[in-house]
Amino acid sequence: MAASSLQSLNPTFSQTLASPNTSPPFRSPFLRFNSSFNLKPLSTRSSSFIARSAAEPQERKTFHGLCYVVGDNIDTDQIIPAEFLTLVPSNPDEYEKLGSYALIGLPASYKDRFVQPGEMKTKYSIIIGGENFGCGSSREHAPVCLGAAGAKAVVAQSYARIFFRNSVATGEVYPLDSEVRVCDECKTGDVATVELREGDSVLINHTTGKEYKLKPIGDAGPVIDAGGIFAYARKAGMIPSAAAA
Amino acid sequence: MASAVISSSPFVCKSPAKDLGFSSFRKPSQISIHGCQKKSISRKIVSVMAPQRSSSTSGSVKTGMTMTEKILAKAAEKSHVVPGDNIWVNVDVLMTHDVCGPGAFGIFKREFGENAKVWDSEKIVVIPDHYIFTTDKRANRNVDIMREHCREQNIKYFYDITDLGDFRANPDYKGVCHVALAQEGHCRPGEVLLGTDSHTCTAGAFGQFATGIGNTDAGFVLGTGKILLKVPPTMRFILDGEMPSYLQAKDLILQIIGEISVAGATYKTMEFSGTTIESLTMEERMTLCNMVVEAGGKNGVIPPDATTFNYVENRTSVPFQPVYSDGNASFVADYRFDVSKLEPVVAKPHSPDNRALARECKDVKIDRVYIGSCTGGKTEDFMAAAKLFHAAGKQVKVPTFLVPATQKVWMDVYALPVPGAGGKTCAQIFEEAGCDTPTSPSCGACLGGPADTYARLNEPQVCVSTTNRNFPGRMGHKEGQIYLASPYTAAASALTGHVTDPREFLQ
Repeated sequence: MAASSLQSLNPTFSQTLASPNTSPPFRSPFLRFNSSFNLKPLSTRSSSFIARSAAEPQERKTFHGLCYVVGDNIDTDQIIPAEFLTLVPSNPDEYEKLGSYALIGLPASYKDRFVQPGEMKTKYSIIIGGENFGCGSSREHAPVCLGAAGAKAVVAQSYARIFFRNSVATGEVYPLDSEVRVCDECKTGDVATVELREGDSVLINHTTGKEYKLKPIGDAGPVIDAGGIFAYARKAGMIPSAAAA
Repeated sequence: MASAVISSSPFVCKSPAKDLGFSSFRKPSQISIHGCQKKSISRKIVSVMAPQRSSSTSGSVKTGMTMTEKILAKAAEKSHVVPGDNIWVNVDVLMTHDVCGPGAFGIFKREFGENAKVWDSEKIVVIPDHYIFTTDKRANRNVDIMREHCREQNIKYFYDITDLGDFRANPDYKGVCHVALAQEGHCRPGEVLLGTDSHTCTAGAFGQFATGIGNTDAGFVLGTGKILLKVPPTMRFILDGEMPSYLQAKDLILQIIGEISVAGATYKTMEFSGTTIESLTMEERMTLCNMVVEAGGKNGVIPPDATTFNYVENRTSVPFQPVYSDGNASFVADYRFDVSKLEPVVAKPHSPDNRALARECKDVKIDRVYIGSCTGGKTEDFMAAAKLFHAAGKQVKVPTFLVPATQKVWMDVYALPVPGAGGKTCAQIFEEAGCDTPTSPSCGACLGGPADTYARLNEPQVCVSTTNRNFPGRMGHKEGQIYLASPYTAAASALTGHVTDPREFLQ
């Protein structure tokens, strides 16, 4: 049973299990990436997906695409207004619908919409934010809708704790910390690359030519790579790999 | 060294962070704190089995723990923890509601198996409250989904509602989860309470660790009864002085959030103590802890005392173990307030930290007033509003919406006499003042909700509200302007049609 497995593994887990909750990145000896890990949304992943070899070669993880730039204190009501919370994220159809409403709560001053009216997916891969991104509610619908819409990473100056924790636990988006106010130097529509590496991770804005160092995602990275806390726990042997019948 | 912050406010005296022996805590600046503190602590966290926990930079070893550290240590079956420790914690109570419950249980079943059983059917409290009195089919379906899960799992505490036309026809239905948790005796000192709602921090008023989590974390807890948490450092807020008659806990927390900003307490505990706190009722303490999340706080906590024990023992016979911060515990920040010098404040659009004195906003014309929610819809909140209306003896100038948080609150509004009002109840006073009839208890329009939600802001209007957040679109319309305020300030504003300091009517 899951609980007893956890108990017996308690003394050892701290070596292998990332802290999925509040920790922003810190330096690991090396990050293991498996490029064949498919970052599919949790709801479409079958329960027998897990249990891959842990010894994978080091690899960079790269996201390339357009940026969508927002400001400070983007709260969960702007990310996904409360009226859409009746959609249940663990239901595949409703998961997709949630994506279509991502960032629909932003004021009209944001002329470019994150998801075009009538579309289900966004054309922006990278969201760039300021301070305290994701503040407000604990609703997991916030990182979920961003991931469902097709965003791969958020690069912000700082995060609200529940949003950060939920991003890691669901594996929906990589919440990356920048060291400077990237949101002041990038514009929506800029072409950019985010490279997650063993050492410094970077954000490269191809439109302006500037490169920004990002804080390493640390142990939160493998959790998101695996597809969230449950997938990671199974991979790390913390809970049984096949869901109990 | 802690950065020297000179506060310009005459009421606040902030002492630098005590030397904790952790180099990472030297810079309490909002921007970099969690980045730099994790860097130097990370090595210690990874090797949890290392017996020595030396505070290498200062040489002194603090052995005292704060309330939060003690509660988490006990829940993790450890004798000692320090901020930054990642620990597995046993959960005493898990709460969920109609919006997040289906998702949390969906994840639980997917991950633990269709036939899996929850870790403890008596430690889960399911409280439909968010989108109840609506014709929205998905919202209604979500309550049905929860009913099925509770039946299948034999969940002991499910405050169900089936007759949406008359809330009183539902004997089990309570209303707003955070108020219901307290009223039904689920909040107890020393325990760990988690909820799929950010305002779960409200329960910290009872001297317990209470915080909000997402569906995935909740799904994990449903199966295992445990959660991985990082021990937060504690910011201490000492409030002394006699509470002026026109001031309420809402003013205190808005004052504090205005001081430290919406990210001022990110990842930290906010511990409230002092003579003022000791004088507050449980409902006022709940209001204070309720908005800890609006400062980014992980949890809020108030040392339990006779007031707490009285409240709790009247509602539950489950034994509890109160906990208190040690005298030599380390706090990452110390704030002191002389409450007798504070004035009623509001949070202007569009942020809970956009603080202003109520009296300085008297030229702001408003379109409506909303009194409700876990923050400002409890019995004492309505009593306060009624007291002000009665003292004024006038009629409201704008639509004034009243949304009692729970069935009990609704009944109190209709049954309890308001002190000093010659035997009149809140309901009678509200009627005489021209307010809307108190509506069915739920979260209501605090967070907008489905389009047909009562009192939803469907137009770009100006609203004074006793709720907790005023980000764009919070109550519905993106251009709606929400002024967060205490029940006194909300009532005063209703009478004048402008944002109004309650001293206009209370002296």
